[in-house]
Amino acid sequence: MAAATPRIIVVGGGLAGLSAVIKIAEAGGKVDLFSIVPVKRSHSVCAQGGINSAKNLKGEGDTPFKHFDDTIYGGDFLANQTPVKAMCEQGPAIIDLLDRMGVPFNRTPEGLLDFRRFGGTLYHRTAFAGATTGQQLLYALDEQVRRFESEGKVQKYEGWEFLSAILDTNGACRGIVAMNLRSMELKTFPADAIIICTGGNGAIFGKSTNSVVCTGSAQSALYQQGAFYANGEFIQVHPTAIPGEDKLRLMSESARGEGGRVWVPKDRNDKRQPNSIPETERWYFLEEWYPKYGNLVPRDVATRAIHKVVYEHGMGLDGQPMVYLDVSHLPPERQHKLEGILEIYEKFVGDDPRKVPMKIFPGMHYTMGGLWVDFNQMTNIPGVFAAGEADYSIHGANRLGANSLLSCIYGGFVAGPKAMEYAKGLAPQQGDGGHAAELIRQQQYNNILLNNQGTENPFQIWRELGDTMTRHATIIRYNAGLREADQKIVELIERYKKINLSDKSQWANTSFAFARQLYNMLQLARVIVQGAELRDESRGAHYKPDFPDRNDEKFLKTTKAVYDDNSDAPKFEWEDVDISHIKPRPRRYDATA
Amino acid sequence: MPTTIEVEIKRQNGPDGSGAVENFSIPYRPNMNITSLLGEIALNPVTKEGKATTPITYDSNCLEEICGSCAMLINGKARMACSSLVDKMLEEGGGKIKLAPLSKFPVVRDLAVDRSVLFENLKKVKAWVPIDGTYDLGPGPKQAPQIQEQRYPLSNCISCTICMEVCPQFNDVTNFVGAATIGQAKLFNMDPSGSVLKEERLRALSGDGGVQECGFAQNCVQACPKGLPLTEAISDIGRDVFVQKVKDFFRA
Repeated sequence: MAAATPRIIVVGGGLAGLSAVIKIAEAGGKVDLFSIVPVKRSHSVCAQGGINSAKNLKGEGDTPFKHFDDTIYGGDFLANQTPVKAMCEQGPAIIDLLDRMGVPFNRTPEGLLDFRRFGGTLYHRTAFAGATTGQQLLYALDEQVRRFESEGKVQKYEGWEFLSAILDTNGACRGIVAMNLRSMELKTFPADAIIICTGGNGAIFGKSTNSVVCTGSAQSALYQQGAFYANGEFIQVHPTAIPGEDKLRLMSESARGEGGRVWVPKDRNDKRQPNSIPETERWYFLEEWYPKYGNLVPRDVATRAIHKVVYEHGMGLDGQPMVYLDVSHLPPERQHKLEGILEIYEKFVGDDPRKVPMKIFPGMHYTMGGLWVDFNQMTNIPGVFAAGEADYSIHGANRLGANSLLSCIYGGFVAGPKAMEYAKGLAPQQGDGGHAAELIRQQQYNNILLNNQGTENPFQIWRELGDTMTRHATIIRYNAGLREADQKIVELIERYKKINLSDKSQWANTSFAFARQLYNMLQLARVIVQGAELRDESRGAHYKPDFPDRNDEKFLKTTKAVYDDNSDAPKFEWEDVDISHIKPRPRRYDATA
Repeated sequence: MPTTIEVEIKRQNGPDGSGAVENFSIPYRPNMNITSLLGEIALNPVTKEGKATTPITYDSNCLEEICGSCAMLINGKARMACSSLVDKMLEEGGGKIKLAPLSKFPVVRDLAVDRSVLFENLKKVKAWVPIDGTYDLGPGPKQAPQIQEQRYPLSNCISCTICMEVCPQFNDVTNFVGAATIGQAKLFNMDPSGSVLKEERLRALSGDGGVQECGFAQNCVQACPKGLPLTEAISDIGRDVFVQKVKDFFRA
């Protein structure tokens, strides 16, 4: 048997990671928590609109089963149903727990939790704290972890980046190699199990709504060590983001949940100020095309509609790829509930969205795919678990708004105890468990990178990667374009070998750390474009005009990418989807009944 | 429109390194912010004089002023780099932008500083709700919307430490914890369950470095990028600390 007190490493301090840490600490385990940034600055803070749970506090007859059905239908039946059902059933208890932790959720006059509407459902199911719900949830969990930290139950390693898992001769995980982002020192850390909670991979697309740390580097490193990467081709492009020079800033779905409307002038040459254009001369295309759900259709549907209006109808504002998202007609008390996001718009664009409509366009937002996990959140590498956006398990082909925060907490709450259980049954390691060999492998990589004499700049390679991925692998996909993208990535991997770092110092060298991430981004990008090319159908966020329909017979399957050492490329296999509770049916949000 | 953006950056190789200034001339594009400016330097790390240099080290993550990472001195004022737009900063700086690290925290390298003192302070005031456990214990206590309206703004603190940077009392002599920590103490004292630790929090803020170190300069409330009601929190906590001291005196 292993030591009496299992030692677990959690990588990533967002909602999923902190949830796992809390469960392990509470159960008496020892946790080492690794994070690139101080955990309070993790990307979960960027979530805005809210968290779903069928509390049914509005007398609508909502139930966890309806939440389950909306989630499966919204994900176009690609998600395995058993874990999704479990998540929706636990939703109400998770909201209650967050409430007890002191999250300042908005309240009704009676003092109960308030709920708002979100996309892909007809119920008020989304609990919220203004329009900064992710920030508030992350802080609540961060505070609980700080409490455990002050009691000596959690050791934080902030400013350390995960590089690889240490695998023993049986292929089981015995720890990690991490790099100190100040001293650039490499070190091995022992663990009986590790939980990867490193979020999404927006950086692969250059500009996205994601934070700087969301590179997918850890997931890719594990994929290159033998972990399956599942459904990589499913990338959510959020319909409403503010186009920016450096990133795309999210304009939450809650803007529409509170009554915001998307429109363009009916006359594409209309040069009037938006507020002076009368109602009858505005085209509310979502409301026209989707009368039942209106502006609250799921994200993939809204995104394609905006894309169509701009590129097929040629109706973008001033000929630019932008449409209006309008909350200027809402009463002040409704606008007040959106304060956080309206401030973002005002600060970064300069216009006051309380008075004039916002100009928005879709932007890469969420990674539905991720590390393949079983129903216990364990990957195919024994002892390596994953949770949150880093795993593939909950959202299928399209995530519903306000389900991500719930899936992070649910995933962490499953992964933590399951990792403990696994660790308790783990046989003692033989020898050093592979620590020395893995450390040497990583040090050699660093030495090559630092001493390379080439001409390539990693940031230039990244820019080209982002442009390629955004052009070929977001809203609309063609096989020819996907093939072109794959060839471009292969070219970039070749050029990567000629990187010359302008900074070769060994102290807080951020471009060196970035160059390491970039290699993993390039490898994972191939998984995304090749997976997309192979899936000749349209399902959820994956849309091919040449194959416009869903094809359950051939593609009601999970894509699993396996890294092949010899060809330095992914190989693919497919796995049946668990449809044990709800029979797949056509997904039609334009129906009126 | 200018064709280039002139930037002067105070650089430092490490905690013990001495400071040196480097100048850059970056091609102008509309709608840039300070973080995208620093990204341009990484893409082509060459100074205005044509000397090859290294990309600038700085902290950043969300780029939308919610993670609190990228606080620095821009034209001498403490603010968030992501929400500082180049056009505005150029206008304010008379055609030039000056960047430097926050001055009250140890420099890690270039514009990155070590702000872990804030997270340590949050431990001292037990800025959390001591829940019994994470198992299902049903809903929390009912809370009037008015209480939420008071708590929510304090809970928007992004730990950027700008309030500490601009505070004349935040220095090695006073050991003052700073406004952010006091705001969090008030936030948790107002929570129906969190208030069970109210007395401990007040005692933690009553001694050396506590709330009485505040000199009422009010810089914090003016500089806070999220508009937190910091001076109100300081005055409320100041009053509560005084009451607690009197209580403790008579109990002793």
